[in-house]
Amino acid sequence: MENSQIIKITELVKDFPVGTGSFRALDHINLSFGKGEFAGLVGPSGSGKTTLLNIMGSLDTPSQGEVKVLDFNVGELSARESATLRKSKLGFIFQSYNLLPVYTVYENVEFPLLLLEFTAQERKKMVLDALEWVGLTPKMKSKPNMLSGGECQRVAIARAMVKKPMIVLADEPTANLDAENSHHILRTMEKLNRELNTSFLFATHDEKVISYLKRRIVLADGKVEIDEKTAITK
Amino acid sequence: MLSLKLAFKNLIGAGLRTWLNVFVLSLAFVIIIWHKGMLDGWDRQARTDMIAWECGGGQYWQQNYDPYDPFTLTESHAAMPGDAISKEKDGKLLPILISQGSIYPGGRIQSVLIKGIVPSQKILAIPSVVLDTGITEIPVLIGQHMAKANRLKIGDVFSMRWRTSSGAFDAADARVVRIFRSSVPSVDGGQLWVSLPTLQKMLNMPGQATLLVTSQGTINPVTFNGWKFKDLDFLLMDVTNIIKAKSASGVVLWFILLLLAMLAIFDTQVLSIFRRQKEIGTCVALGMTKGQVIRLFTVEGAMHSVFAIILAMAWGTPLLYLQATKGISMPVNSQDFGISMADVLYPVYSLGLVVTTTLIVFVTTTIVSFLPSRKIAKMNPTDAIRGKIK
Ligand SMILES: Nc1ncnc2c1ncn2[C@@H]1O[C@H](COP(=O)(O)OP(=O)(O)O)[C@@H](O)[C@H]1O
Ligand SMILES: [Mg+2]
Repeated sequence: MENSQIIKITELVKDFPVGTGSFRALDHINLSFGKGEFAGLVGPSGSGKTTLLNIMGSLDTPSQGEVKVLDFNVGELSARESATLRKSKLGFIFQSYNLLPVYTVYENVEFPLLLLEFTAQERKKMVLDALEWVGLTPKMKSKPNMLSGGECQRVAIARAMVKKPMIVLADEPTANLDAENSHHILRTMEKLNRELNTSFLFATHDEKVISYLKRRIVLADGKVEIDEKTAITK
Repeated sequence: MLSLKLAFKNLIGAGLRTWLNVFVLSLAFVIIIWHKGMLDGWDRQARTDMIAWECGGGQYWQQNYDPYDPFTLTESHAAMPGDAISKEKDGKLLPILISQGSIYPGGRIQSVLIKGIVPSQKILAIPSVVLDTGITEIPVLIGQHMAKANRLKIGDVFSMRWRTSSGAFDAADARVVRIFRSSVPSVDGGQLWVSLPTLQKMLNMPGQATLLVTSQGTINPVTFNGWKFKDLDFLLMDVTNIIKAKSASGVVLWFILLLLAMLAIFDTQVLSIFRRQKEIGTCVALGMTKGQVIRLFTVEGAMHSVFAIILAMAWGTPLLYLQATKGISMPVNSQDFGISMADVLYPVYSLGLVVTTTLIVFVTTTIVSFLPSRKIAKMNPTDAIRGKIK
């Protein structure tokens, strides 16, 4: 693997069992991502974006081929090893935020640090920094049900970013947000990508997201149709 | 530990449902301790009272004596052995002579046991000293159940008939000199107490006895020829058996109580695992293993029991303490049980009882919390994240 290469996908196939047969969701994918990318898997619903993102996040495994994330072979990790990979190197952002409802904003952001066993002092500094990045310091004592959708997604970004992961995987992060909030969180992520050199990989079919991408990978029926660097269009 | 901290937050966060479960469980916890405490209290009271009123430190039975066969009574008396007489003088042994007879209170005929007891004795709680009185009739002492059954009051005179040692009938008038209260049915129902020398004279059995009651705390009793020693284990066997039977039926009650509480917690666990699959998926995405998530949910469920035990202590301790000191009035008649039951029961709560109950509640809650949590292992995290599992 090249030094700046953090994900390398070779001849990836993903089949899902459907009834008695199987359905091929990803069909011989070859891709690689470098450090600090701001890239997106683009394509219509059902084209395989989420499936590919899940495999890169070690939440799912390939049926064929090889997926290497930071030198870990996703298909061969034990449950414990893949949990460790997610815990220490990956951040996730989901379409429906997936905040823990009984925790405050602060506690939600702190959660990944508890799993990583940082000391109370370290945690406090890191959480406050992360809340600062997304502009939610004043809301840190609120519970998720008191926040707007945009605010929830910013908490989710802070939660993904707080441990300064190598890669953030974001699946349709703007799907539940209005235009203004979408632009707000996209600018936030763009800034973090620039300042912390974290790689952001999106799965999206939202034009607003696409307009921020520096690299666009178009998927159709589980195959890569286009893979291109893009000029910022906005 | 992380799962403790997280489980605590989740449980508090779940609000009303948590407290409902905790309350039900604490109810079961207190009722189990209370119920068992009542039985232990009854056991202690029955033993104490039966020792005080009837058993002493154990009894010598004349070898033919069989309390369950009244027809053997005419054969079950003998002169006291010489060693026994000297022990009686030391206040260590109390002879009792028993005979069958009939009384005619208010014209009715009633078959009774006539028991002769030394008036000056100090071994049993029976107030025999009142028999030492110079009235023309034979002074008799009866218990309140006997008095009630035959509508007898202090001062009542009735005729009494019995057979002497030669088999001839004899009769005389008797007067009730005292009615005593005792929780021990076997010194009360169907019997009357007279002075031992009087009964020996009536039956023409000088120096004879049926039973020899030893004083409390007798150890290593000597053997007397023609007499069999019955120790407390034997004499209190009925108490042991009845309490055992009651405890066994108590176990059913405890089981049902625990089952109810456990059903509530099981239901909550199943529901919470179903409703919180998104949370479960998120935890996995954030780097927890499924094993850790299962542990988290198990700890969360088990924590119900910790809260319940704390709550039970809070409201149960004053309540149980009050009952243990003030006692509980028993609406039932001790005669119905065949063993002693006082009018007021004082429950006994031992540390062992509390510890055992706590452990049982904790362990069952943990198991019941773990069982549904195993379902998490089968969840597909990518589906769970989207809350897609049906
Ligand atoms: N667990 C699964 N079992 C069966 N089919 C699946 C499963 N997950 C996804 N698929 C199918 O794979 C295809 C790609 O799905 P997905 O990756 O979610 O697409 P996208 O995110 O681009 O909308 C879809 O046709 C979907 O129905
Ligand atoms: Mg998708």
